[in-house]
Amino acid sequence: MKNTVRLFVLFVLLALVVGACGAPATEAPAMEEPFRVAVVMPSAINDLAFSQSMYDALLRIQEDMGGSENFEIVYSENMFVVDDASAALRDYASQGFDLVIGHGSQYGSSLQEIAPDFPETSFAWGTTVDTFGLPNVFAYEAASDQGGYVNGVIAASLSESNTMGVVGPIETGDAKLYVDGFVAGAKATKPDIQVNVNYIGSFSDVALASEAANTHVSAGADVLTGTAQMVVGAIGVAEENNVLWFGTQSNQTSLAPSIVVASQVYHWEVVLAEIIELINAGTLGGQSFVIDLANGGEMIEFNPDYAVPAEVQALADTTIQGIIDGSIATK
Amino acid sequence: MISDLFSVTVLVGILASGIRLATPYLYAAIGETFGQRSGVLNLGVEGQMLLGAFAAFYVARTTGNLGLAVLVAMLVGAIMGLAMAFVTVNLHAQQGISGIGFYLFGLGLSDLLFQKMLGTVETVRGFPKIHIPVLSDIPGLGEIFFSQNLLVYAAYLLVPIAWFVLNKTTLGLKIRSVGENPEAADSLGVSVAGIRYFTIVLAGTLSGIAGASLSIALLNVFQQNMTSGLGFIAVALVYFGGWRPWGVLGGALLFSMVNSLQLWIQVLGIPIPSDIAVMMPYVLTILVLVATVSRVRGPSALTKPFERED
Amino acid sequence: MKNFFQNEFISRLIDALLPVFATLAALGVGAVMLLFLKANPVEAYRALWVGAFGSTNAFAETLVKATPLLLVALGICISFRGDVINIGGEGQMIVGAILATWVGLTFTGLPGWLVIVLAMLAGFIGGGIWGGIPGFLKAYFNVNEILSTVMMNAIAVQFMNFMLRGPMIDPSQALLASKIPQTARLLEAFRLPRWTPTRLHLGALIAVVLAVLVYILLWRTTLGYRIRAVGQNPNASRYAGINVKRHVVLALLLSGAFAGMAGAVQVYGVNYRMITDGSASGFTGSAGFNGIVAALFGQLHPIWSIPASILFGALLVGANSMQRVVQIPSALVTALNGLVVVFVVSSEIWRRRRQRRRLAAAKEDDSPPRPDPDTPVKTEVSA
Repeated sequence: MKNTVRLFVLFVLLALVVGACGAPATEAPAMEEPFRVAVVMPSAINDLAFSQSMYDALLRIQEDMGGSENFEIVYSENMFVVDDASAALRDYASQGFDLVIGHGSQYGSSLQEIAPDFPETSFAWGTTVDTFGLPNVFAYEAASDQGGYVNGVIAASLSESNTMGVVGPIETGDAKLYVDGFVAGAKATKPDIQVNVNYIGSFSDVALASEAANTHVSAGADVLTGTAQMVVGAIGVAEENNVLWFGTQSNQTSLAPSIVVASQVYHWEVVLAEIIELINAGTLGGQSFVIDLANGGEMIEFNPDYAVPAEVQALADTTIQGIIDGSIATK
Repeated sequence: MISDLFSVTVLVGILASGIRLATPYLYAAIGETFGQRSGVLNLGVEGQMLLGAFAAFYVARTTGNLGLAVLVAMLVGAIMGLAMAFVTVNLHAQQGISGIGFYLFGLGLSDLLFQKMLGTVETVRGFPKIHIPVLSDIPGLGEIFFSQNLLVYAAYLLVPIAWFVLNKTTLGLKIRSVGENPEAADSLGVSVAGIRYFTIVLAGTLSGIAGASLSIALLNVFQQNMTSGLGFIAVALVYFGGWRPWGVLGGALLFSMVNSLQLWIQVLGIPIPSDIAVMMPYVLTILVLVATVSRVRGPSALTKPFERED
Repeated sequence: MKNFFQNEFISRLIDALLPVFATLAALGVGAVMLLFLKANPVEAYRALWVGAFGSTNAFAETLVKATPLLLVALGICISFRGDVINIGGEGQMIVGAILATWVGLTFTGLPGWLVIVLAMLAGFIGGGIWGGIPGFLKAYFNVNEILSTVMMNAIAVQFMNFMLRGPMIDPSQALLASKIPQTARLLEAFRLPRWTPTRLHLGALIAVVLAVLVYILLWRTTLGYRIRAVGQNPNASRYAGINVKRHVVLALLLSGAFAGMAGAVQVYGVNYRMITDGSASGFTGSAGFNGIVAALFGQLHPIWSIPASILFGALLVGANSMQRVVQIPSALVTALNGLVVVFVVSSEIWRRRRQRRRLAAAKEDDSPPRPDPDTPVKTEVSA
């Protein structure tokens, strides 16, 4: 027993010594200053929803800019504890990143506090339009109601039972925007159509999401949609029951290629590219951006394996056009 | 609108849904019942479930062999159970807390393995629904009781088996005596450590199956933290059921059906705020327990480590 | 050397440091996982250390993280000594925070210091109610507290969602389409003062003061004595005339009250508003669970819970920093958290064995044993 204790004490001392001196980080001399981005996200980068949409967008920009030597991405995912996210944002800012992104509406308070302390750093906050009047904060939002509307139009056109179901997390924010848009689009196409909405009260309860989907199916729905990462459960149910699915935030075709019709995919890179350009030109904030159908930030990506009837496709295209030129109001 | 709730479709839907939803709770809670009856509280159920769920999903996805997937899930759960047993029986660790540690470990490890070995969310072809011939054609009842998948049926079969083992076998007697009075059991030659190892590993195995029931039978998908509190509810249900398998069944069904009910309430558009609706199963579980004013005492040695006086 | 380790003081010091050794062992296992993730364990753990202690700011962050842990731990000390398991800390924190935030949003005309006092009180009351209900149900309806607290946790989350996207939503948010479920920001005057430029706030000091008060409560008051008596032996206590039921309720109520204060302190000291993402841990950071671990680190003693909370807070803050530096999945941090808990909890057995061996050795040194009527024969309470 005493020997074990001695070993432990030695271990502690060793750890302290290692910690104290540790090799200094050697940095390879950079040929050209890469653009460095740090992003904090509330869920996993592979959630096939909100966080993945941002991460994928950053990867696309990295590819466009020629790789990680020119565009460095550093991230912290699953930061659903606002407090921890706050510490992360501050830490990244103090490390001299060019752009620090707080990808989650719950990070606003933290950014409001941190941004003034780092006037040389540019911050971006989504999904919102509020920049707090600070010169180094950008804001970005998704007009998810637009894609929701289009999805709603297509869905209503394809529905034969005239009953559709929606599975949502909590009735706020981006989720609510999407759902409201979907319902509006559906009703505009078929005023008598029944759209049942279910908010299950959680972003992670996959089992409950699947049961919500089951409930919708039992109530007669032949088309389903939903938002946030727990909808994977609902998609599974849709596939099992041969019910059509419409996705949002990311392209969800891969989950159920036989029944996914289309997804509203967030292409954040559209606004990110603008933000990066502004930063390089010296403007660190003070503007808010929206991705929508008009600027290509939102795209309705159809599943190539699902054959949408020609007239429905045409209706979708005209709806998209109508939203873009402003003749159709989505909310 | 509220009257819509009482239509046949809805009632059948609620029952069928409730029976399905209750499956993972049943596996986990029956396992926990064995553990608690022998005097051990395991709050790490959810960690075991998540690891079991991932293991089953990965095996099913790579080999397509569902039976193998379930076996692997059982193995993974058993290994976690062994670790828990060692920590509880040999190291006399504070049970509630060690359980939480195992939960966090299982949660993190399952996510880590998922990210490194799979990387993206995808679906798998899981256990299909089995329609029992003739019986499944009965309107209403057929859909509810006789058109579920294999793991669902197995969960319900588990209840009478568990009841039988606990109450009608020598093994069950030993388990109960170890939970009530380990000193006396020890003096009669029952290996307290042995029994507890058995029940804890069994509980771990069942938790593994519970996880598998989610990832390859009910949902056919794996996602990080997909259980979202299920394991803790399962532990709570053991108390609700008075440490009896039939009581646990009742609790699981009550909880799941009220959950199903609140989903229907939302779908039918009955104007209850969604948050309040989601609260319902939790509130009702407490209320029912209060109303039944149970005098059932738990196993006396629950959470108390046993040390032989040498 | 042998005598060095047998020395009473050193021996006790090692006992106190056992949780630290256990943590190191857990980190050792973590190193294996880091290698599996192709990360350098040395670099990673150096980042952990630096992230927790490497600068004034880092240490301040550690203290900020430790504050709710300490407050919850204080409540746990009370409840566990009353032999009641309180795993409802998450829900109690939330309800306490809701009530405290409501105070700050409603009484905007009152002076700052008064609002802060009222808010802390509100947190205490809110958490107390949320803990008292399971206590009441246990004492008078025999509803097991594990069941009721697990349920109450879930109910609290939905209650928070309801309030924050409904009655308590920030008026400016209500107008926007985005409708973020958060309250308005607390007025400047209502916020707990900070030791700028760090985030260290007055709440940390409040927690330490409360730790002393809890110590006094448990060992210097009749109430504390009774709670402990009921915890050690309810039957004997009943015969001694103590109202067992009432003290069971009180144990859970007080335990919840401190968790509620943790919630209030988080709002008034760190975020200055309440925000939800729909989960409990989004707001609490799992302090309701981690506080239990911190209490165990501190041997369920309010004063020892202070360094215990700081160390555990350091681990959590450092691990998050490590995640950023070495860019590993946050899942590793969670798994590491779990490993540390398991290892520390398992190390208890050595502390108990060492304690017994010390007692046995001390007896051998004495002259032939004489029964001492003043020393109660007390068996170790495996709390």
